[in-house]
Amino acid sequence: MSLILLIEQVLNGLQFGIMLFLMAAGLTLIFGVMGLINLAHGSLYMIGAFCAAAVAAATGSFVLGLIAALAGAAIAGALVELVVIRRLYDKDHLDQVLATFALILIFSEGTRWIFGSFPLFLDVPDFLSGPVTLPGGIEYPLYRLTLIVVGLLVALGLYLLISKTRLGVQIRAGENDREMIAALGIDIAKLYTIVFALGAALAGLSGALVGAIQSVQVGMGEPVLILAFVVIVIGGIGSIKGALIGAILVGLTDTLGGIFLPELLKLFFDPSTATSIGSSLASMAIYILMAAVLVLRPAGLFGARA
Amino acid sequence: MIRETHVNALTLLALVAIPAWALYADEPFTITLMTRAAIFAIAAIGLNIALGIGGLVSLGHAVFFGIGGYAMGILAHHAQTYTALAEWPFLIEGTKSMPVIWLVAVCLSALAALIIGALSLRTTGVYFIMITLAFGQMFFFFAISWAEYGGEDGLSIYVRNGFPGLNTLAPIQFYGLCLALLVIVLLFAWKLSRSPFGLALNAARQAPMRVETVGLDPMRLKLIAFVISGVITGLAGALFADLNRFVSPTMFSWQLSGEIIIFIILGGVGRLFGPVIGALAFVALEHWLGGLSDYWHIYLGLLLLVVVLFGRGGLIGMLSGREAVHD
Repeated sequence: MSLILLIEQVLNGLQFGIMLFLMAAGLTLIFGVMGLINLAHGSLYMIGAFCAAAVAAATGSFVLGLIAALAGAAIAGALVELVVIRRLYDKDHLDQVLATFALILIFSEGTRWIFGSFPLFLDVPDFLSGPVTLPGGIEYPLYRLTLIVVGLLVALGLYLLISKTRLGVQIRAGENDREMIAALGIDIAKLYTIVFALGAALAGLSGALVGAIQSVQVGMGEPVLILAFVVIVIGGIGSIKGALIGAILVGLTDTLGGIFLPELLKLFFDPSTATSIGSSLASMAIYILMAAVLVLRPAGLFGARA
Repeated sequence: MIRETHVNALTLLALVAIPAWALYADEPFTITLMTRAAIFAIAAIGLNIALGIGGLVSLGHAVFFGIGGYAMGILAHHAQTYTALAEWPFLIEGTKSMPVIWLVAVCLSALAALIIGALSLRTTGVYFIMITLAFGQMFFFFAISWAEYGGEDGLSIYVRNGFPGLNTLAPIQFYGLCLALLVIVLLFAWKLSRSPFGLALNAARQAPMRVETVGLDPMRLKLIAFVISGVITGLAGALFADLNRFVSPTMFSWQLSGEIIIFIILGGVGRLFGPVIGALAFVALEHWLGGLSDYWHIYLGLLLLVVVLFGRGGLIGMLSGREAVHD
């Protein structure tokens, strides 16, 4: 177990966590502002990945693919908000869960209908492929490093948007008191559509970015969706800061747990038992983390309200 | 408009008449479909006790369904390979006897529901939905990595387990067994909803503060409801595994938890026969739409959206109109 391996795994965990943050930020924003549980967020992630893969294949440009992913997911998000989601704001959580579950069925099967069941492939562009040498002589894939940087930039942009702009003021006000800001003459329905489309665009971006290192296929959104829920629940629903910290915690726990739990258990058991117990524990590690956080802090790490 | 009791009576009649017709017309597949519906109905009646009366939206009930399934799978696997399940501290052998398997499934589900419930009930609202989902995923990934019992591939059982005096391999006899259990569970749920416990639980959902003021502990009521609910769903899991003679981690999947909720919503939340009608409708749709198009999930999704957005009270609500006891 060398230091280099450790640093590599920490970077992998960070990259995974940052991509989860892009998903979780949209989810937590939508919950914070509109009080809506959106299970269909994973579908928007999938739509982003498919738009990117289709456009990149047609034009040969990865950057155009990314733009298509952002636009496609945002448009899909805005449409879904206008047609279905806005009827759900004053319903209870059970109805929201079911209606957005229904949306997953529609989106997944619709995508399968259009693109077929076979995965698409999105290649890492030439200018981002290959390894880069970090200080200390560690070789690390440039693309993954780019993901970390892009994700952090988006996090910064989101922070500036929420804390410094007029839209951000409206969003924060909407979290606190929706009647009041409606009374102040802000078109709340439009604000909700914008927030939903913004969240959708973030999900689409993360789908497209991750799509280049995994395959782009129907059903790719649901595992990420559930992890993103774990993230926002750990961080406290509605808190973007919580989502960032939760995402990094989950990313690191998942990646490091998979590598180090079996090693750790080898100190106590024989190697084969250690590997099998270690790998099952590692696959459950983030859920154990989440359950532990909720038992100790029922509203998450940074959650103000339950 | 038809009275709800008449809808219920018609449902019971259908549960008897359709398989009887299928037996006469020699359509064993219809009997299998009905068995599937009856088992789903049992699972959903279980969840309806927590969700409909107690207001606990659990998105992790597949945990109990899966525990029931794996109880059957593991016991039958050891019986068919003639290996012992455990030799220490005392010898435990596999079994092919349904009553024993049910007992094990029920006890394990109760234990799991007690632990999961005690931890999850510390949270409310969305957090409760999410923590139950997390427990579901925990079991799902555990089952996938449990190589000893098939891991991702699951476990196949060659011969359906036995019940004293019945030939469970005959579809109609196995259906009869499931129907009998369904009726027992229905009677139990009916009695429960009218018992002091059921009334107190109903009150704990609507006004926990008042319930506390009269000296009842809402947390305790909800925990008991959650355990009862898990036990019933666990029993259904054991039956489902026996129907397919197969268990796999998908029995723990969160989609399955979602489907169990769908049965309830489709039929009508908090209504005695809601889960039964919902499960029947779901299996019928699955079969009918599945035959029309490979992409039948789209239609299922659209239908579900319509029911959630416009049809308060589910199918029973549309048929008999009157608002249920549920608020």
